Amino acid sequence: MEVLFGVLAGVLMAGGVWLILSRNLLRFLFGLVLISNVANLIIFASGGVTEGSPPLISKAGLLENAANSLPQALVLTAIVIGFGLVSFTLTLALRAWQSIGTTDVEKMCLSEQRSGASDEQGGVLSCEEFTRIERQVIADNHPTEEIAR
Amino acid sequence: MNWLLVACLLTPMLTAILAFLWSGSRTVKGAVSVGGAVLLSIFAGLLLWEVWINGPISAQMGGWEAPFGITLIADHLSAVLVLVAALVGVAVSIYALSDIDDERAKGGFDTFLQILLTGIVGAFLTGDLFNLYVWFEVMLISSFALIVLGGDKVQLDGAVKYVAINLVSTVILLTAIGLTYGLAGTLNMADLNSALAQHPEQELVTVVSMLFLIAFGIKAAVFPLYFWLPASYHTLPISIVAMFAALMTKVGVYALIRTFTLIFTPDGDLIAYIILVVALLTMVAGIIGAISHTNIRRILSYHIIGSIGFMLLGLGLGSPLAMAASIFYMIQGILVKALLFLIAGIIERRGNSSELSELGGLYRSAPGFSMLYLFAALALIGIPPLSGFWAKLMVLGAGLELQAWWVIGVVVLASLLTFIPLMRIWFEAFWKAAPEDHHSKAAATVLKASSTVSMLQLGPVLALSAVLLLIGLAPSFLIEVADRSAAEVLNVDAYLEVVLGTVATPDVELKP
Repeated sequence: MEVLFGVLAGVLMAGGVWLILSRNLLRFLFGLVLISNVANLIIFASGGVTEGSPPLISKAGLLENAANSLPQALVLTAIVIGFGLVSFTLTLALRAWQSIGTTDVEKMCLSEQRSGASDEQGGVLSCEEFTRIERQVIADNHPTEEIAR
Repeated sequence: MNWLLVACLLTPMLTAILAFLWSGSRTVKGAVSVGGAVLLSIFAGLLLWEVWINGPISAQMGGWEAPFGITLIADHLSAVLVLVAALVGVAVSIYALSDIDDERAKGGFDTFLQILLTGIVGAFLTGDLFNLYVWFEVMLISSFALIVLGGDKVQLDGAVKYVAINLVSTVILLTAIGLTYGLAGTLNMADLNSALAQHPEQELVTVVSMLFLIAFGIKAAVFPLYFWLPASYHTLPISIVAMFAALMTKVGVYALIRTFTLIFTPDGDLIAYIILVVALLTMVAGIIGAISHTNIRRILSYHIIGSIGFMLLGLGLGSPLAMAASIFYMIQGILVKALLFLIAGIIERRGNSSELSELGGLYRSAPGFSMLYLFAALALIGIPPLSGFWAKLMVLGAGLELQAWWVIGVVVLASLLTFIPLMRIWFEAFWKAAPEDHHSKAAATVLKASSTVSMLQLGPVLALSAVLLLIGLAPSFLIEVADRSAAEVLNVDAYLEVVLGTVATPDVELKP
């Protein structure tokens, strides 16, 4: 049973990382949801997965093969916190999309724009211009390679 | 005196609730916040005093004995960090009275600031790994709220990056905790010490420890994992960024120190070596980043990263003197970083910009205030007899003791390079004449701005300067605290005994 959980965690993690590497903010978030569920699965499985015996102490002592209740408590905490964080992040993504107008993380460079970058007239470059010039420089330096858009 | 531990946690928590429920004006909410922070400082001072006199104290929550319940514990390192965090909390909450606008205050600035403080104090005081995760979450959620508060475009853009990378780090931390529980069957940090050391498969333990290194490394903004910090910090209002800059990354450093001395006790030198190399690279990368920028906020943001390197050096070198040096550096670094960001806030108010090319002539218009900046900058650089000097002296002493020449070389180089960006701020913002095309505008704003720089802003700056001056002129107390912390961190017997020992902590009354 633990092996099954392990494989499931691996598959979900692979999918999550693949989504996280995407340039779209929303896909990134879906990836995050996946890998946070992987963390939950790992905690759940780390206590040992048992079938159908409650974590109760009878008068004779702990039942044989009783489930470990601590990871269940931990995972419950983690799920609640994770849910809160994901809903916050979704709201943030919505607000960012509304005010910046894109969910392409490559175009979201308002805060990373270098203050020193300026055009010939001395004005400060806009975000898009800066990206365009930077790409042009890369393209000039590697004329044979096609720059992925 | 175990109640002090709980008092340090409850004070900011209750203050947050009070500030939330109080439907009064901005000033009232702010005053509640300041009051809570002052009360926390008093409790933290008592806690440090208690630990100083009687050694580490612990409390078991809900009366569940050590490996089963949640432990709160304060040794010298935790206690002094709680005190410093509380002092920064006081300074920032006073500064915020005039800095945070009504819109942000209505959005709950004071509440979130206090929750952030709760999370920071909790992370310093907890003795349980899962509880540490929960405090990190408390910190994280309140910092998310602070970072988007009143958000304009640029702020939201920075927030997306901050939130995204911190969530990834959180998931890695949670995974590591799950795997640790799977390996050891316990999450009490003192209990983990022996449980993991006796684990038959040490390779697995090493792998899990690497997960912790990455998770806390992102929080602490170490070398290859720091890019979120300069992308987001500079977009925030100055009182928020001062709080973040002073404390958030240091909680990551604290967690690294705890994890890699108490939980993972590597017999091989590999982990220590990795941390040492990462520390040196962080130092150099931070300073080079600072040199490459021309915006005060960005320069200072990179300085945060540079100083993280110094704080990790002790963990990398592993000798008591090196650890004491790092702890001393951390304590004074927190204060000096808060001070510099608050000063940057006043520079912005006076010059109406944080861009060096648009600033100038501040020495002419405000010579006294300029001296404050010079003091803070020299304290950070480490000019004797200011606080940074003692920190760097200790770091170099530790390097000499271990004869780690290349470490000394990098430290000296990084220290010298620290000089450049801070002095550039001095020359550009204070010394040179106000720029021509901005002249009329700047002159007009100086007239206008000098009236808006109130005692509410200068007060905390003066107070923090006074504390730093005191540390610089009479460093022996803090050096002694750092020495004791280092001894406790490197030899965990006292810690284990306080948490797990059968000897109940003697309930000694507090000396007057």
